[in-house]
Amino acid sequence: MGNDADTGLSAAELGALRAIAGAMIPADGGLGMPGADDPGIQADIVRSLGRDLVPVRAALAAIMTTAAGGFAAMDPDGREALIERWFAGGGEPAATFARVILGAYYRDDRVLLAVGMEPRAPFPKGYALDQGDWSLLDAVRGRQAFWRDDRIGAAGTATGTGGER
Amino acid sequence: MADNERVDVLIVGSGASGAAVAWSLADTRMRILCLEQGDWVKSSELPSNGRDWEARRHTDFDISPNRRGRDTDYPVNDDNSPMKVANFNGVGGGTVIYTAHWPRMHPSDFRVKSLDGVADDWPLDYWALERFYEENDRMMGVSGLAGDPGVPPRHPPMPPVPLGKTGTRYAQAMNRLGWHWWPSDTTIATTPYEGRAPCINLGHCTPGCAQGAKASTDLTYWPLAIRAGVELRTRCRVREITTNELGMATGAIYYDADGQERFQPAEIVILACNGIGTPRLLLNSASARFPDGLANSSGLVGRNLMLHPWPIVSGHVADALDGGRAPMNTMWSKQFYETDTSRGFVRGYTLQFGRGTGPASEAIAGAASGRLPWGRAHHRAYRKLLDHRVGIGVACEDLPEEHNRVTLDPVLKDSHGIPAPKIDYAISENTRLMMEHGIARAEEILAAAGATGIQASRTVLNSPGHLLGTARMGNDPARSVVNGWGRSHDVKNLFIVDGSIWVTSGGVNPTSTIQALALYIADQMKRRLANLFD
Ligand SMILES: Cc1cc2nc3c(=O)[nH]c(=O)nc-3n(C[C@H](O)[C@H](O)[C@H](O)COP(=O)(O)OP(=O)(O)OC[C@H]3O[C@@H](n4cnc5c(N)ncnc54)[C@H](O)[C@@H]3O)c2cc1C
Repeated sequence: MGNDADTGLSAAELGALRAIAGAMIPADGGLGMPGADDPGIQADIVRSLGRDLVPVRAALAAIMTTAAGGFAAMDPDGREALIERWFAGGGEPAATFARVILGAYYRDDRVLLAVGMEPRAPFPKGYALDQGDWSLLDAVRGRQAFWRDDRIGAAGTATGTGGER
Repeated sequence: MADNERVDVLIVGSGASGAAVAWSLADTRMRILCLEQGDWVKSSELPSNGRDWEARRHTDFDISPNRRGRDTDYPVNDDNSPMKVANFNGVGGGTVIYTAHWPRMHPSDFRVKSLDGVADDWPLDYWALERFYEENDRMMGVSGLAGDPGVPPRHPPMPPVPLGKTGTRYAQAMNRLGWHWWPSDTTIATTPYEGRAPCINLGHCTPGCAQGAKASTDLTYWPLAIRAGVELRTRCRVREITTNELGMATGAIYYDADGQERFQPAEIVILACNGIGTPRLLLNSASARFPDGLANSSGLVGRNLMLHPWPIVSGHVADALDGGRAPMNTMWSKQFYETDTSRGFVRGYTLQFGRGTGPASEAIAGAASGRLPWGRAHHRAYRKLLDHRVGIGVACEDLPEEHNRVTLDPVLKDSHGIPAPKIDYAISENTRLMMEHGIARAEEILAAAGATGIQASRTVLNSPGHLLGTARMGNDPARSVVNGWGRSHDVKNLFIVDGSIWVTSGGVNPTSTIQALALYIADQMKRRLANLFD
């Protein structure tokens, strides 16, 4: 079967991608989380492969080889164990594959809303940042200067004298 | 080859130092031209404008030129280094994507030989730079708080970035331990400043600031320099500096935006290409007259590369903190900065306290560190990570060693066919001991802050883009490349103003000192104009 003209992935690879991503991040209805095999998220993953196409293909092939062609038939425990095992030793393709899946997953509107984030670009609205508790600085303010002043004393003795000059 | 009209001063590179020197020299009314290989970056094109802002940190705004791979970048072979090169090639240079942390060197940093018996003293001291630090702080626009007992006096013109929940948590821990901390100086505007809007917390400042609150030199120095008559030409990549029979620089050969080879004649040439780009250009300028590369009679061009090893220690606390919805910078600690030989090493480090990161970045970091499992446990684990991150960077002083160096790669070339740089770099024993000391202290702090799952990344993720030492300054021509005011010992109308002239590295982010030095050199040049080449 030929490659998808837009993505460079074959139908078999797209199927593997969906199955593996769904096992990596399964849906959780209780928490309101879609799975990474959700069609919208899959489309985003595939769209954003770009320069990562080669390592992603390598990752898909390696996982499928590790599963000896039986990934689809495995139960959730088996899939998770295989994925954890493969990621632990998967090197650069694993890191890239994880980044591609997570990068698309954690910008999906539903996902962001479910984890308490607003689904929007940072600019132009930005975010609020509390001042925090500046009174904590009182414990430091009064301390004697302790940077080493090179203008006085011999080596190793010239500390604690830095003032306005 | 097409020849351009002669200029008085040719600056190569428009980053932190190139911008500062251009602005300062503009009041001489000399004809000044800067050639920059990259483009202007429009604020509307920066990642934080879009929903893909985190993904773009791994593509066109990656900090590694090798991964970013723009046609304005040049590749760097950093395979033989545990630390990877980070930079940005465009108007503003590294300041476009820097984190805007703004410590100065300490006075002791300029006197390491006299005080601690290692490396070399600088040919100038902190006090010679002090007024240029102050001038640069006003030009870049610095936020911070005066009165820090850990550093010499300084006068940040704007109030500090808020402590927030994350900074408050660290401050409580530091007070419990009795250790020094202070809000960091940053070049993030916290109030309107010289046409810049104040920070609105777009997140980590590294992929550029769409608000324009972060001081990059395309926003600070360049508009003023251009208004004062300096010309800045983009997409002009310099291949080599040319010389005449008197051993003086005559100008530069470069490729213009159309890829055409051109010659730019100049009376004075100033290099501002950073600690990798400058030695690369000097080595690429080898000729029959200068067979080992230009300005290299000492053999030190490219040597003594310093990169600031920077372990990061992180963990997660039970409460939600600021997450990635604020600048990364919160506070610093100088508790372990000055030498204490009972620690088993000389020199020291700054502790730099960071905030969290965005939703995808937190997940990626979690997966890489093993904190975030795959499968059905994923979602519950993620909820304990996002917005719960605390992390401390250990900014270690890196002492100069000649075997750490930049050379020309025999095979790798940029898009114009110019030989690319190769770096060979190893972390020294002194630095390793310092790193372990800093990691242990950071672990104590995070534990005192209530963090669990504390982990240290020693070097793998570290590429802070501090590129220093490869054309060092000094009074002895046999032991240095430029003199105490930036002029090449060998070529009397060639100056270097970027991070490559550093003698030692201090344990701080370098840019405030790089720019103070550039302003100092410009000032020296102006004072000596009548006999600049004597
Ligand atoms: C991700 C990141 C975070 C950082 N965070 C901080 C921080 O928080 N605080 C801090 O102090 N520093 C930070 N830095 C470091 C800071 O960016 C550098 O110290 C500073 O930009 C170096 O200034 P420079 O003038 O030496 O060179 P640069 O700013 O790198 O400028 C060099 C310029 O020269 C141009 N150039 C090079 N070769 C040629 C050529 N042959 N022809 C034409 N043009 C050429 C380049 O395109 C570039 O624009 C960070 C850097 C990075 C990458």
